Amino acid sequence: MIKKRLGRHTVKLDNPVYIASAASIAGKKESEGPLGELFDITLGDDKFGESTWEKAESRIVAENMQLAIKKASMTASDIDYCITGDLLNQITASVFGIKGIKIPFVGVYGACSTMGEAMGLGAMLIDGGFAENVLVGASSHFCAAEKQFRAPLGMGSQRPPTSTWTTTGDGAVVLTKNGNDSMPFITEVMTGDIVDMNIKDPNNMGAAMAPAAAELMMSYFKETKRDPEYFDVIATGDLGYTGKTLVTELLAAEGWALDSRYTDCGTEIFDKDSQDTHSGGSGCACSALVFTAKYYKLLSEGKIKKMLFMPTGALMSPTSSQQGESIPGIAHGVVIESRCCNGHI
Amino acid sequence: MDIFKAFWVGGIICVIGQILIDKTKLQPGRILVMYVCIGCVLGALGLYKPLVDYAGAGATVPLTGFGYNLAKGVIEEVDSSGFLGIFTGGLKAAAGGISGAVAFSWLAAVFFEPKGK
Amino acid sequence: MVQKASPDSPIIMDCVKAFVSGGIICSIGQMLRNYFTGQGLSQDDTGLAVSLILIASAVLLTGLGLFGKIGKFCGAGTIVPITGFANSVASPAIEFKKEGWVFGLGAKMFQVAGPVIVYGTVTSIFVGIIYYLAKLVM
Repeated sequence: MIKKRLGRHTVKLDNPVYIASAASIAGKKESEGPLGELFDITLGDDKFGESTWEKAESRIVAENMQLAIKKASMTASDIDYCITGDLLNQITASVFGIKGIKIPFVGVYGACSTMGEAMGLGAMLIDGGFAENVLVGASSHFCAAEKQFRAPLGMGSQRPPTSTWTTTGDGAVVLTKNGNDSMPFITEVMTGDIVDMNIKDPNNMGAAMAPAAAELMMSYFKETKRDPEYFDVIATGDLGYTGKTLVTELLAAEGWALDSRYTDCGTEIFDKDSQDTHSGGSGCACSALVFTAKYYKLLSEGKIKKMLFMPTGALMSPTSSQQGESIPGIAHGVVIESRCCNGHI
Repeated sequence: MDIFKAFWVGGIICVIGQILIDKTKLQPGRILVMYVCIGCVLGALGLYKPLVDYAGAGATVPLTGFGYNLAKGVIEEVDSSGFLGIFTGGLKAAAGGISGAVAFSWLAAVFFEPKGK
Repeated sequence: MVQKASPDSPIIMDCVKAFVSGGIICSIGQMLRNYFTGQGLSQDDTGLAVSLILIASAVLLTGLGLFGKIGKFCGAGTIVPITGFANSVASPAIEFKKEGWVFGLGAKMFQVAGPVIVYGTVTSIFVGIIYYLAKLVM
C-alpha cells in the first residue's frame, strides 16, 4: 500500500493543504434563508441581468471565481489549476463561466458531490507536488436545472414532500500549499465509489444518495480507526431531511451513533417551514454555499476544529431515468481542521 | 342546478387524479394519457355520454372529455366517410382545441418571458 | 427503510383542494356552455368555444407566471381539466423560446403534452377500426 493511502477510499496528505479563501454568490431564495446574511453576494433576481438561466449561472461562476481569487490576495496567474463542475449538460455553466479566466481547467462531474470531489482532487494535486495554488468551485441554478431535468418552470404540477429544491449559486475556495495557521486546512481526502440501491424515484434523491454517504463515512471510520466523536461537525450535502434520517439509521444499524454534530447542507440552506422547499436543498451549489458561507468562517475563527465535509451526488440523466435505470449515488469528502486562535498546536 | 352537477362531477374526476398523484409514483404526464385513453374507450362504448348529459361541463372539461370527443369524432366520421374516417375522425374533433393551444401558446411565447420561482 | 423515512403528501387536504378547484373550473365551463347554447350555438360549437376560452385563460395565466402557483395549490384540480393540457403546451413554448423559434419553441412545444395527443389519436384509431369492423359484421 502506498504510504499516503489509509485504505480503499481514504488518503492522508503529507502536509496540510490550506484553504486561503472562500467566496459565495447565492440566489434570491437562498438569500432569504437561514444563511442569507452570510453570503458574499446575493442576487435580487436569479437572471442576474442575463437573458437566459444558463447565462446567469455562468455569470455567477465567473464572478465568484474572481472573488475567491481576490479574497486570497492572488491573481489568476498565481493559480495552477481550476477544478469546477455543475449540473448542466456537458458542464457548460462552468465552461462559459471559467473561459474568461485563463487558468488550466479541469472540469468534473459529480452532480451534487462536486464540491467535495473538486476539493479532494485539488488537495491531492497540491500535496502531490503538482501545484501550489488551486481554485475549486461548484455551481447550480434552480431554473436551469428544472428545465433540463424536470419540467419547464411554468408547469403547474405539485412536488412531493420528498423532493428537494435545487440551489442557485456558486461556492468557491482557493487551496494553497503556502498558508498559515489562521487558515483551515485539509488533512485527508475520501473518494467514494458508485453506490446503487435500486432507487428509481427522481423525486426522492435523498434516498438515492444516502447509502453512498453512509458507506463512505463508515469506510472512512474503519480506515482511519476513528469514530464520529473525533469531529466537531460532520456535514453531508444535499440529502435533505429524508436522506439525513436515512444516513443516521444506516449508521446506527452498523453501530455508529451520529448525534447532533451531524448535519446536512440541504437542511441548512433553506428554512423548512417558511420557504416551502419540502425535503431541503440540493444541487452542486448547496454544499458549496453552506461550506463557503458558514463553515469556512467557523473553521477560520477556530469555533470548529475538525470537520468532515462529505457532499453526495445522484448520478442520473433524464434519459437514464426514462429508460428505467435506477439512480446511483456517490459521495466525496475532505477532512478539514483548524488550529486557529487558541494558541496551541 | 346544472352548475352544481358540473361542480361535483368535475370535482370527483379531479379527486381521482389527485389520489393517483399522491398515492402512486405516476407522474402527471402519465395520468393525463390514462385519462384521455379511458375517456376515449368509455366514449366508444357509449358509457361516457350519459355522464355528459347529466353533468355537462363536469364531464367535458376534464381530459376524459377530450378523449370522449375523440371517440365521438371517429365514430361520426366512420359513419359518414367509411374506412378513411378511422384516420380523420379523431383529430378532426380535436382540431379546434389543439390549434387553439398551439396558437395561444405561440403568442404567449412572443409576449412573455420565462419566470423564475 | 426508505418508505419509512419518506413522508407522504397530506392526501385528504390535497383531495379537498383538487375537488374544489376542479369543480370551480368545471362550473365556469358549465356557465359558459349555458351562455353559448343560449346564443344558439350547436352542441359541438359550444364545446369548442368553451374549450378555447379555458385554454386561452390557462395560457395567459401561464405567461403571467401565475398558473404555476395556482397549480401547486390545486394539484389535480388544474391538471385534469383542459387547463392542464393548455399549461403543458404554453410553458415549454415560453421556456424554450431561448433556444430559438424553430428548434426551441417549435420543437419542444409538445414535450409534455405530446403523449396525450399521440395516445389519444392512437386510441381513437383503434376505436375507429373496431367500430368499422363491427359495422361491417352487423
